[in-house]
Amino acid sequence: MKTDDLIGLLANQVTRVDRGAVSRRFAKALLLGALGSLILMSMVFGVRHDLGSVARTALFWAKLAYPLAIAVAAMLAVMRLGRPGARAGYTWALIALPFIAVWAAGVLVLDGAAPDARWPLVMGQTWSTCPFNILLLSVPTFPAVFWTVRSLAPTRLRLAGAVAGLLASSTATIVYCLHCPEMSPAFWSVWYAIGMLMPAGIGAWLGPKLLRW
Amino acid sequence: MDDERAIVAHHGFGCSETIDLKLGAPLATAAAARSQPTSSRGLANRGTILQDAESRLKALFVDGLDGHAGAYRSFLQALTRHLRGYLRRRMPHYRDDVEDLVQEILLAVHNARHTWRPDEPLTAWLHAIARYKLMDFFRSHARREFLNDPLDDHADLLADSDDEPAQARHDIGKLLEELPDRQRLPIVHMKLEGLSVTETARLTGLSESAVKVGVHRGLKALAALIRGRR
Repeated sequence: MKTDDLIGLLANQVTRVDRGAVSRRFAKALLLGALGSLILMSMVFGVRHDLGSVARTALFWAKLAYPLAIAVAAMLAVMRLGRPGARAGYTWALIALPFIAVWAAGVLVLDGAAPDARWPLVMGQTWSTCPFNILLLSVPTFPAVFWTVRSLAPTRLRLAGAVAGLLASSTATIVYCLHCPEMSPAFWSVWYAIGMLMPAGIGAWLGPKLLRW
Repeated sequence: MDDERAIVAHHGFGCSETIDLKLGAPLATAAAARSQPTSSRGLANRGTILQDAESRLKALFVDGLDGHAGAYRSFLQALTRHLRGYLRRRMPHYRDDVEDLVQEILLAVHNARHTWRPDEPLTAWLHAIARYKLMDFFRSHARREFLNDPLDDHADLLADSDDEPAQARHDIGKLLEELPDRQRLPIVHMKLEGLSVTETARLTGLSESAVKVGVHRGLKALAALIRGRR
């Protein structure tokens, strides 16, 4: 086929572009992925028994806000990375901000604690499983997010894969908060961060394969 | 420096074929404009010409997004001329592949057209796609040109223009036949024969939304087939 014929093919009966389609697809994928994580969480780990009482504390909502803020920032970043020629700009700062805030809170908590109480505040009861639990809960969100990013046109595949992985893991972490009994920012700053960064690393690794177009 | 580059690049969008803007030239001209006041008027004139070209291209594209086939065709034709010039200069050892890559980029631009936002410069978007496809081409050919090319600016996309088609090596028409019927038939009826969605739906027995989805997925599958043949 000659190039002129291809142009004719592409232009012929060209349909109007639906500008809202990308956002709708993102919303659908994230909801479905989070629902998958929720089912997985309630089957494998179970909702924490004291959720009713703990949900009345500010600390619980602060904990929830941490992955939520990362998810929002990762979402903005991935939308930009998925558009050729758009710059990520300030979204990097938005991604870093929740991590920095929780690290700062962790340092403050440790600073106010007695020296022999510091170690348990960081390690908690579940440090050895927490990152892997988040990794497991990312299993439904990861393909959902990648399916959406594939409908965009990322040109930096490794970076887009990493941020897509972070979006998947931070969404999974929001769900994990309903189970996880740990209530120390010092714990979140280390083990939640590792749990969220593992799928981001996997995303960076798979990005060039999964997102190529 | 970054700001200067952005400004020059901004004026460079519609760089017409009469202007010989070489690789890395925007920075050089920016420096020249600063040191030699006499050349700054030339730069300003060119800036106007380039901006005109950018806005003309953009107007056609925006109409195309609204479903105006004629405007969209003109946009693709203008883009094709620029792509030929851009690619011929950048892949001198692969002259025979230029037309294939032009077609691949046209298809990519079409399939990604929903990712352009009106507040972004159109040329930056087009250049990012062309560059991505060029890098992908070099990567799959694993040649050192890939390492040699990293410096260019989106003004360079419109710097060269070439109206002379070469022969494409892979025939998209033949690749089309490899698609499954629910993708191939909507493309044949709507895009080749120019029938409407309703007529195509009646002819194929598919629903109207299945026809639209078939065209959309079929063109994406076609792009993947072309990529696989490289």
